[in-house]
Amino acid sequence: MAGIGKAIDEIHSLENLAERGTLLCRIHPLAKVLVTLWYLILVMSFDVRDISGLLGMAAYPVILMISGDISVRQALGRVRPILLTVCLIGAANPLFDRAPCLAVGSFTVTSGMLSMAALLLKAGFAVSASYILIASTTMEQICYALRKLHVPRVLVTVFLLIYRYLVLMLKEADRITQAYSLRSPGEKGIRKSAWGPLAGQMLLRSIDRANTVYESMTLRGFRGEFFLRGSFVPLWQSVCYGVLWGGVLLLFRLVPVFELAGRVFMP
Amino acid sequence: MHMADALVIPAVAGTMYIASAAAAGCSVKKVRLMDEPEKIPAMGVMGAFVFAAQMINFAIPGTGSSGHLCGGMLLTAVLGPWAGFLTMIGILLIQCLMFADGGLLALGCNIWNMAFYGCFAGGFLIWRPLMKRGITRKRIMAASVAACVVTLQMGAFSVVLETFFSGITELPFSVFAGVMQPIHLAIGLVEGVITAAVLCFVFEARPGMLWTGEAASAEREGRLSLRKTLVILTAAAAAIAGAVSLFASSLPDGLEWSMEKTAGTAELEAAGRAYEIAENVQGATAVLPDYGFSFSDSAAGTSVSGLIGGALVIGLCIVVCYALKFFRKGKS
Repeated sequence: MAGIGKAIDEIHSLENLAERGTLLCRIHPLAKVLVTLWYLILVMSFDVRDISGLLGMAAYPVILMISGDISVRQALGRVRPILLTVCLIGAANPLFDRAPCLAVGSFTVTSGMLSMAALLLKAGFAVSASYILIASTTMEQICYALRKLHVPRVLVTVFLLIYRYLVLMLKEADRITQAYSLRSPGEKGIRKSAWGPLAGQMLLRSIDRANTVYESMTLRGFRGEFFLRGSFVPLWQSVCYGVLWGGVLLLFRLVPVFELAGRVFMP
Repeated sequence: MHMADALVIPAVAGTMYIASAAAAGCSVKKVRLMDEPEKIPAMGVMGAFVFAAQMINFAIPGTGSSGHLCGGMLLTAVLGPWAGFLTMIGILLIQCLMFADGGLLALGCNIWNMAFYGCFAGGFLIWRPLMKRGITRKRIMAASVAACVVTLQMGAFSVVLETFFSGITELPFSVFAGVMQPIHLAIGLVEGVITAAVLCFVFEARPGMLWTGEAASAEREGRLSLRKTLVILTAAAAAIAGAVSLFASSLPDGLEWSMEKTAGTAELEAAGRAYEIAENVQGATAVLPDYGFSFSDSAAGTSVSGLIGGALVIGLCIVVCYALKFFRKGKS
């Protein structure tokens, strides 16, 4: 039950973040979506042990979080559950791959340790990039960008409708579970005899609501088109944002920035 | 089962994006052909419902743990596989963006692992055949549990394959699969029972609401005719056989490779009268030995052999299909 309340809070906080009107929020959504995808592709294309190269890619989330006034703590909070899964899968690497790579005093760093560290870095960077996107772009703007990328209208409309009714449904689920828990104290979840009626009633009400929604939408002239609302920076600035980040990230992917910087001090 | 971005490399992610996009394209076409505009908001609200319902904890008797319903199967049973698949894509995209549940780059993998198997394999291979003779409570129970178990097993195995091909873990394939499959077997059973309970309630309250698998007339219209299908298949086979065969690898195939490793040679020597006769017969009948002209090593020989081979395979398929049709007619 606490999970539902937390999910509602998360949605509201992300909505508020995306509507703040910072410079990053005012960049065209298509540019932000494309840069995010480009960043993810480049980060995931690094070799499993290339930590020095990967560290260079930290520039993107660090710069955008500082300039876009996005909380690092919240971003890290989102990374936590992902790190757990990645750790479970990556934990095997130090066990199976014990080839020594370097020695720090008496401690030997193995190839498996490096690959696990790289895996964790990749997971952290990927979640941060997605968080930056959603914290600076509203869901309507993402839908607009998806339409610009020629994603079918049906799919985008369904996506937007799910998002719009999500809070409503979550609140309903929260009310139902709260009412149930008040009537059956001490129970950890919904008991077997109530599985069907409880979720089934909710489902039937949802279908009825869907029909009402459809009628009101069509009466108001909805034809599945999306319009961009809000003030944005001039188009050329958004293009510059996309091209600049695209180029810088590619440079960071091809040139080991950290390694070169290290050589300056340790020739 | 949501995969994070870190678990896949761009090549695997791209391949799965293409596969999922193809399934989504097909679903969009089918939904458009059905021409039921009122279904669109139903898809949206149902998607939000599944999302919310998955956050309700259903207590599993005797275990002390809890489970939730299976989204793909529930959506397929109510909306049909095509609309259900598109709705699942929406859910997965929101989970990925809003809750960091699954990565943006791994979205193609997640759509395939959870939506594709849940909606298409569950809907067409399990739900529809079982509901053909009419919907009953017992059949809903059987279909829901079987579909959830099977599709979850397929999804879990896909996760193992995608991670394995990405090469990000040193975990041996058998160990990874050995861990993933049993866990998802238990999850599938629980999810199946919860989904069945919900669907049984819906069946009793509004029996006409569940998808029976009967193709709507528009859906039938959307199907390609036998002639069209054959033409497309022939063209595709010709393109692959004629053009792509030029890039065929000169490296040994899997069997040859294994033989080379074990016996030290890719072609085993065979001696004896029977082998000689068989070799002579093969030499006389083979039009294009070693996939080329016997008199030249040109690339044209490889292309022609590809085209002839493709034509022969298609011809054989047609003959088999007609033979099956003939025998089925004879039976009825």
